[in-house]
Amino acid sequence: MSNAAALPAGRAAPRFRRPSALPGFRLTFGITLTYLTLLVLLPLAVLLLRAASVGPAGLWALVTDARNLAALKTSFGLSLAAAAIDAVFGLLVAWVLTRYRFPGRRIIDALVDLPFALPTAVAGIALASLYAPNGWLGEPLMALGIKVAYTPLGILVALVFVGLPFCVRTVQPLVAEIDRSSEEAAAILGASRFRALVTVILPPLIPAMLTGFALAFARAVGEYGSVIFVAGNLPYVSEIAPLLIVIKLEEFNYAGATAIAAVMLLMSFTALLAINLVQDFSRRRFGHV
Amino acid sequence: MTAGFAPSTLSLRREAQVRPVEAAAPDRLRHAGTSVRVDGIIKRYGGPGPAALEGVSLAIEPGELLALLGPSGSGKTTLLRVIAGLEIPDGGRVFFGSQDTTDIAVQRRGVGFVFQHYALFRHLTVFENIAYGLRSRPRAHRPKEDEIRRRVERLLELVQLPDLAKRYPGQLSGGQRQRVALARALAVEPSVLLLDEPFGALDAQVRKDLRRWLREIHRETGQTTIFVTHDQDEALELADRIAILNKGRIEQVGAPHEVQDHPASRFVMSFVGETARLAAEVAGGEVRVAGRPVIAAEPGWPQGPVDLCLRPWDLTVGQGPGTLPGTVREWRRTGRGTVAEILLDGAEAPVEVKVTDVYEPGDRVALAVGAARVFPRG
Repeated sequence: MSNAAALPAGRAAPRFRRPSALPGFRLTFGITLTYLTLLVLLPLAVLLLRAASVGPAGLWALVTDARNLAALKTSFGLSLAAAAIDAVFGLLVAWVLTRYRFPGRRIIDALVDLPFALPTAVAGIALASLYAPNGWLGEPLMALGIKVAYTPLGILVALVFVGLPFCVRTVQPLVAEIDRSSEEAAAILGASRFRALVTVILPPLIPAMLTGFALAFARAVGEYGSVIFVAGNLPYVSEIAPLLIVIKLEEFNYAGATAIAAVMLLMSFTALLAINLVQDFSRRRFGHV
Repeated sequence: MTAGFAPSTLSLRREAQVRPVEAAAPDRLRHAGTSVRVDGIIKRYGGPGPAALEGVSLAIEPGELLALLGPSGSGKTTLLRVIAGLEIPDGGRVFFGSQDTTDIAVQRRGVGFVFQHYALFRHLTVFENIAYGLRSRPRAHRPKEDEIRRRVERLLELVQLPDLAKRYPGQLSGGQRQRVALARALAVEPSVLLLDEPFGALDAQVRKDLRRWLREIHRETGQTTIFVTHDQDEALELADRIAILNKGRIEQVGAPHEVQDHPASRFVMSFVGETARLAAEVAGGEVRVAGRPVIAAEPGWPQGPVDLCLRPWDLTVGQGPGTLPGTVREWRRTGRGTVAEILLDGAEAPVEVKVTDVYEPGDRVALAVGAARVFPRG
């Protein structure tokens, strides 16, 4: 199709694509679509197709099965909690790393990325031995009556661990960009440090914090390796949905596994979509640059 | 009150700062300004080299509009930030009136500060930006919502932006942002208004308008105002008095005509206006350039080798004894007549002199000297 022929048609059509002096839309959009189809949409479609083979009644039975329901609750509830914790402490870490100069800053900065690089099973084993009832942290915590390993709390610790880098790295560039003089302006206008923090420093960071939250959440929902070592995997208590999928696979129950996966997928997609909408709102609200 | 400093002074100061605002008649913008005095301020930033401020002392009268003028790196902004409380000096004291404010936190100093790049809160509307200071007051002294609204609207009128209350800073032009920044600073009815290069980031026409306008606002509010600039025209046009800083020291403080007509040093001379400089010698009651007498020496002028400094408007094309030879570099018409760029023999840089004749580049001319100043060689 020649450009000359395509353009008038494009103009007449609803403004799906505005004519632009800078070319590139066709090419990039085409590649994007192909790429996403091959790598994301197609596998997901196959998954849904296989899940559909159990039939609506079978699917409903799976979703409402008490053990499955408990696992889904554990997975999503703890993932949200972990992402929230990461968002707060990720900001703090990003703040300290960007704002202050101290010996070892670069080393700590590099340490932040380790949860990315570590095979998750290694992280799980490390956490399990640390928080086990006879571990370095587990023993004193046990004395205080807090049991971490082999409980939902253990899962939370593992999810916080794997999600932290997302929340640090998304906020860090924005913290670096904060205009010092607007903080000074707030102080001169009589604002306490706390008021300046809440009204001047935080609002521009909220969109980035939400991005970090979404990423940490998504990662936590899908996390398997680090969790299973520290979770104890008690049905109805500390069993996560990905583990349930693996169990079903080991039983050669492929339909059941894909059905749970499809439910997880749907829930994750809904949650991420919701976060995106909030983020969009916050960008409009706070992002006036 | 003495300068003696005890914790109780802090709370005293706080009340003193808030009370006039509470008592003020609602539509009154006028203030009795506060005097400001800095005494031997020393400020060092880490690293070698000279201090940013090397013992600066300066007194500013109540209601005065004072310019801190100097080249970049002269310490003028540092001095302004020390007065504001944004920098903690390594030595010296700051007084507002008789009150020693050196150790008072920036939040409680009651100054208004306009930043060079405005530092507006980008996520807040113009209205909320201006209201920020009022909303930051301790609850007991915070005005009611309708009072805040009324004050902000009055300030928006003062800065001539009544319709922009709902806009965000990103939707404003540079000049408008500057006005919002000023309104925000004035909202807390500060005892002292400080402006850091207030017009530095604006284009020439807007600058000119805002200068006139700032002068009017100052007349209206009567606040003690200190502004930093590196533009001598701005300082000469706007200020009641000018303090000229160089390398962390004050070279001269005086009214515009004083610093212009009686510069205390060669630096001041060349900073407040275009200057031609020639190596000369004072001997036998006359000033000689290259051995030839130019003008009579005034009593009190230093003897021996000196720098002869000339203003272009004191030079005219002439002939005979006492004239200085030079070469025309360029000749052109301007809106106010014809000027020639002339490089005097022995000078480093050419000067623009008003002329009546037509010249070609390369023409030799002689310039008669109407007035001159000399400074010891250095």
